[in-house]
Amino acid sequence: MTREKKGALKRLKKSRSLYVMLIPSVILVFLFSYIPMYGVLIAFQNFRPTAGVWGSEWVGLAHFKTYFQSWQFGSTMWNTIKISLYSIIVCFPAPILLALICNQIKAKRFKKFFQVSSYLPHFISTVVVCGMILLFMSPSSGIIARLLSYIGVEMPNVMGNPAAFSSVYVLSELWQHLGWDSVLYIAALSSVDPSLYEAATMDGATKFQKMLHIDIPMLAPTVGIMFILRMGGILGVGYEKVLLLQNSLNLSASEVISTYVYKLGMLGGQYSLSAAINLFNTLINLVFLVVMNFISSKLTDTSLL
Amino acid sequence: MSQKVKKKRIKKSKQDIIFDIIVYSIAIIITLLALYPMYFVLIASFSDANAVARGIVDFFPKGFTLKGYKALIDYKEIWIGYRNTIVYAALSVLFSLALNLSAGYVLSRKDLYGKKGIMIFYMIPMFFGGGIVPAFLNMKKLGLYDTMWALIIPGAVSTYNIIVSRTFFTTSIPEELWDSAQIDGANTYQFFFKIVLPLSKAIIAVLALWTIVGRWNGYFDALLYIRKPDLQPLQMVLRSILVNNQMTSSLLVGEAGAEARELAELIKYAVIIVSSAPIICIYPFVQKHFNQGVMLGSIKG
Repeated sequence: MTREKKGALKRLKKSRSLYVMLIPSVILVFLFSYIPMYGVLIAFQNFRPTAGVWGSEWVGLAHFKTYFQSWQFGSTMWNTIKISLYSIIVCFPAPILLALICNQIKAKRFKKFFQVSSYLPHFISTVVVCGMILLFMSPSSGIIARLLSYIGVEMPNVMGNPAAFSSVYVLSELWQHLGWDSVLYIAALSSVDPSLYEAATMDGATKFQKMLHIDIPMLAPTVGIMFILRMGGILGVGYEKVLLLQNSLNLSASEVISTYVYKLGMLGGQYSLSAAINLFNTLINLVFLVVMNFISSKLTDTSLL
Repeated sequence: MSQKVKKKRIKKSKQDIIFDIIVYSIAIIITLLALYPMYFVLIASFSDANAVARGIVDFFPKGFTLKGYKALIDYKEIWIGYRNTIVYAALSVLFSLALNLSAGYVLSRKDLYGKKGIMIFYMIPMFFGGGIVPAFLNMKKLGLYDTMWALIIPGAVSTYNIIVSRTFFTTSIPEELWDSAQIDGANTYQFFFKIVLPLSKAIIAVLALWTIVGRWNGYFDALLYIRKPDLQPLQMVLRSILVNNQMTSSLLVGEAGAEARELAELIKYAVIIVSSAPIICIYPFVQKHFNQGVMLGSIKG
C-alpha cells in the first residue's frame, strides 16, 4: 500500500506543471459555481442578508410548502410544461426535416446560400428578436397587420392575449434556431457513404425513396440522442426570453417557474422562497436528465454523464 | 436502342422532378421566411417615419430618410453601450481563451493524474447550481456587484468550451509531438505556448467567436448585476428602447407630439440595424468555424 501511495505521489509530482495551469480556472469555478451552491441552504431558512447563512433561522421545508400550496405553483408549473412540450413538438422535428431537404439540394451555390440564411437569425440577440416580435405584432403599425390586411383579416392584439403567448414564444424560437439546430443533422447526412445512393439508383430508387430508406435510417441514432437530451431539459424554460415578452396582460400564461423565481428573489426580495423554488426546479431537471441519460445509455450506449 | 434508354431515363426521373420541385420550393420558402423579417427591419429603418408608424411599409422602403440614424447619432446611451460591449467582449475573449484553452489542454494530456476527478469538478456546475439569488448575493460579497468584472469573470470558465478544446487537442495534437519536445528539453509551458497554440488556430477562432457573440447578445447578467447607467452593455440599452419603450426624451425634444412618436418608432428599427450589423456582417465569413465548433462539441472525447 505504501508503494501505491508512493506511486501516486510521484505521479502527482510529475503532473505538477499541469496542475498549475488548472489553478486559475479551478479557482473561478469554485468561486462562481460552488460557493453559490449554499443557495441550497437558504431554501431551508428565513434568510436575512444581514444575519448571513449561519445566523439565519432554520425553517425546514416551510418555503417548499408555501410554494406547493400557493396558486402560483399550479400555474407556473403548467405554463412551464406547456411551453416546453409545445416547443419540443414544434422545434424538435423541424431541423431534422430541414436537414433532409438541405441534403437534397444539389445546386452548390444555392445550398450554401440556403444554409447561411437559415443560420443567420441564430446570431441575433434575444433582446432584438423580442423587440422585433413586439414591433411586428403591433395591431396598429406592425408588418403582420399590414400583410393580413391584404387578405382582409384584422390583426388581433396578440401580445395582450394569454392564449397566444406560447405560440409567439415557440414560433419565434423556431424562426431563430431552425437552421442552426439542423447543423448536426446535416453533418450526419454528409457522412453517409455515397455508394449507398449509387446502389439505390442502380436499383431504380427515386430520390424520395432514397431519402426514406437511406437518409432517415442514417439520421436515427443522432435523432435519438438529441431527443433524449431535449427531454432532459423539459422544465428548463429559461427566463431570458420570457421576461422580455411578458406583460401584465399575458402574465397568466407567461409566468414560468424561472421568471417567478427571478421576480420573487430579485424584485420581491423573498430570497428564501425564491431559492426554494429554484432548488425544486433544479432537482426536477436533474432527475429528468438522469432518467433520460439512463434510458439513453440502455438503448444506445451513448451517455452524457 | 440508345433512344429507348434515354426515354426510360426521362420517364424514371419524372417522380424525381416533382420531388425536386417540392424540395426547392420548400427551401426557397424557408430562405424567404428567414430573411424577410430582417429585410423588413432594414427597409423600415430607411423609410419615412410617418409611413413606419402607420404600418404601410411592406416590401420596399416608403420614402427614404436617414432621420432614424441621424437621431441615433445623438443618442448617447447607445454609444456608451456600444463602447462597453466592445470592451467587455474583448476582455471576455482574453479571459475565456486563457482559461478554457489551458484547462482543455491539461485535460487532453494522457499523463494527467486524477483526470476523472478534475473532470467531475468541472462538470457538476453544468447540472446543479445555487440559482439566481445566491449568485447575486455571492457577487455582492465578492465586491463585483455593479462593476464591469461581474460581466466578464464569472462566465469566463465554460465547461462546454473546455470539453470542446479538450476534444480538439486530443484529436489534432499527436502525442508523439509532446514526447519529442520533451526529448528536446521543453517543459509543459513551453510546449503549450510554442507548439500547441500555434497549431490550434481553428479552435482559438471558434472559442473567440462564441465568446464575442455570447457577450454581444447577452443581457441577463447585466440585468442582475449592473445598476450604473455608464456600465450598461448595448443589449440593456436596446432592452429599454425596444421592450420597455423608454427613450431618452432629449432626443425627441423639438418635435411635436405625434411626430415624436413616429420618430420613436423609426428609431427602433434603426437601432436594431445598428446593434446587429457587426455580428451579422462578420457572420457569413466565419460561419464555417461555427459549424466546426458544433461538430467538436458533439464528439464525446
